[in-house]
Amino acid sequence: MNELVAAVPWLGRRNPMAARWLIIVLALAAPLIAMMFGRSWVRVLDFALLYMMLALGLNVVVGFAGLLDLGYIAFYAVGAYTFAFLASPHFGVHWPFWAVLPLGAAFAALAGIALGFPVLRLRGDYLAIVTLGFGEIIRIFMNNLNYPINITNGPQGINMIDPIVLFGWDLSRTLKIGDFTINSLYLYYYFFLLCVAGSILLIQRLQISRIGRAWAAMRDDELAAKAIGINIRNMKLLAFSLGATFGGVAGCLFGAFQGFVSPESFSLMESIAVLTMVVFGGMGNIAGAVVGALVLALLPEVLRDIAVPIQQMLFDRVLLDPEVLRMLLLSLAMILMMLLRPVGLIPAKARYAHPEHLPRKKEARP
Amino acid sequence: MITLLEARGIGKRFGGLTALDDVSLTINKGEVYGLIGPNGAGKTTLFNVLTGAYMPDGGEFVFNGSQLPTGKPHKVVGRGIARTFQNIRLFRELTALENVMAGHHIRTRAGIWGILTQSRFTREEERLTTERAYELLDYVGIAHLAEAVSKNLSYGDQRRLEIARALATEPHLLALDEPAAGMNATETAQLRRLIDQIRHDGVTVLLIEHDVKLVMGLCDRVAVLDFGRKIAEDVPSVVQRDPKVIEAYLGGGHKHVA
Ligand SMILES: Nc1ncnc2c1ncn2[C@@H]1O[C@H](COP(=O)(O)OP(=O)(O)OP(=O)(O)O)[C@@H](O)[C@H]1O
Ligand SMILES: [Mg+2]
Repeated sequence: MNELVAAVPWLGRRNPMAARWLIIVLALAAPLIAMMFGRSWVRVLDFALLYMMLALGLNVVVGFAGLLDLGYIAFYAVGAYTFAFLASPHFGVHWPFWAVLPLGAAFAALAGIALGFPVLRLRGDYLAIVTLGFGEIIRIFMNNLNYPINITNGPQGINMIDPIVLFGWDLSRTLKIGDFTINSLYLYYYFFLLCVAGSILLIQRLQISRIGRAWAAMRDDELAAKAIGINIRNMKLLAFSLGATFGGVAGCLFGAFQGFVSPESFSLMESIAVLTMVVFGGMGNIAGAVVGALVLALLPEVLRDIAVPIQQMLFDRVLLDPEVLRMLLLSLAMILMMLLRPVGLIPAKARYAHPEHLPRKKEARP
Repeated sequence: MITLLEARGIGKRFGGLTALDDVSLTINKGEVYGLIGPNGAGKTTLFNVLTGAYMPDGGEFVFNGSQLPTGKPHKVVGRGIARTFQNIRLFRELTALENVMAGHHIRTRAGIWGILTQSRFTREEERLTTERAYELLDYVGIAHLAEAVSKNLSYGDQRRLEIARALATEPHLLALDEPAAGMNATETAQLRRLIDQIRHDGVTVLLIEHDVKLVMGLCDRVAVLDFGRKIAEDVPSVVQRDPKVIEAYLGGGHKHVA
């Protein structure tokens, strides 16, 4: 949160308290503003929050621990499919949300460890290639495990997944309080917002801890990290599994929110999109992941909204399919960022110590 | 005199090159033990084998009465051996303070649940780690740079920071690989006082150094390596006059010794 506050332009440094409230108010008011442009924009915001969780989780692996992971979306898939298996008519099982969520997280963490073990000795390009392969393997499994026994229902995916029900309160139904009705999209928005806030809190705690420092040490110089007694193997496995946990939780939310999962949601392009968000925002700091995810989840939608009418106006038809356009825009954003600002949108320094613990705080020095 | 570290017949080859050839030596508790020799003699390799960065081809180390594990750096640090590097290796993106705090990692215990829930134990340990790190920065004389990102520090300050980080692991034996390299006269004098202080505070020091004045002034005993073999081991004044040592330095056309 402090990093986010500091990242608010102009106000962040001058008046952190005001910046803090600005963020809170904006976060709470965002869906109301979006609604003015139409219901689909609230949905876009809901997805932006899911992407935020993914970016936050991937940032643990890539930004904190320095392990380039190109298959991160696999953990999202594990979470989403866990939810789909245990809360849908597919197997006729309808476990409650609170029971499935920890399971989805746990399976994703296990998948993280399963990925971590074989790649312990790999670095850089080699690591990227193996993780990429891992992501694809998971997707291909989901695609093909419908024969001889139908487990995943193959490319058709799984339908009619149960919505999130919190203590008997169904988020997929419009809430009525007297004359007031609150659309389900809002309910999901605020619940996802809570999840993102929780993730930020937990990840910040990890960052400023002996584990966060061990990751940073390992990222900056593995040999030196060994020489001060850091157990590289354990720290890498921990980074993979904790990062994956956030992906798994986001996956559960995704499955329940969308009501439908299929392998095509978990393609390599999605992994790259999340990685782009992390890099675009500024690797290794929480604010970067949050802002990167927000900007890159919204920007293509906004531009797409403009691009289709403009194309129709200019050429009388749509030349570039919106989905193609999205990838094009992502790449363009990335290239521009690398050229203009290689450290990312928010190059805020991530800190790994509590400044208030310093015995002598800033004294005037001659 | 109590033996702290004993190397027994350590050997290390790289392909056809014998970097260490049956090296044995003993380091006593509380002394500053110098390790000198011409370039390529195998000094750094001995550090790497000792600290578990490389596997030895033969021999063993006995530390504090029991055998050291080989090839497991974190276990060696846990037993109480810390090192610095000849070509400084700091965590570049971290501040000076965070570098030293990272060095404390192995002496802290907070687990993942404790951290996520910020248990009282975790918070207390974190506070102590910060304080301890700050004290160590003060000890090596760079407390005023606590919040500077380490890659921006001057060369001499980086060397001192690396020593502080090594001390944060709470070692019994501190192995310094050419700590004075690249330092000017004032910085070298400060370094000498620092090493004296470290010894005085009960940490045994193993010192690789080319600066002859520093070695002769600081060390209780000195071993000389040449082409991977130990050719002398004695008090500095004797080693300095040893014909084999003079020959090693002059004969190879290497750096001079006094
Ligand atoms: N990883 C390695 N692979 C191959 N050869 C190596 C390796 N490390 C060291 N050597 C070789 O082993 C020999 C001893 O090297 P070492 O670095 O231990 O010397 P040194 O005494 O520290 O020299 P200097 O004073 O130059 O630092 C050298 O010939 C060096 O080239
Ligand atoms: Mg050397």
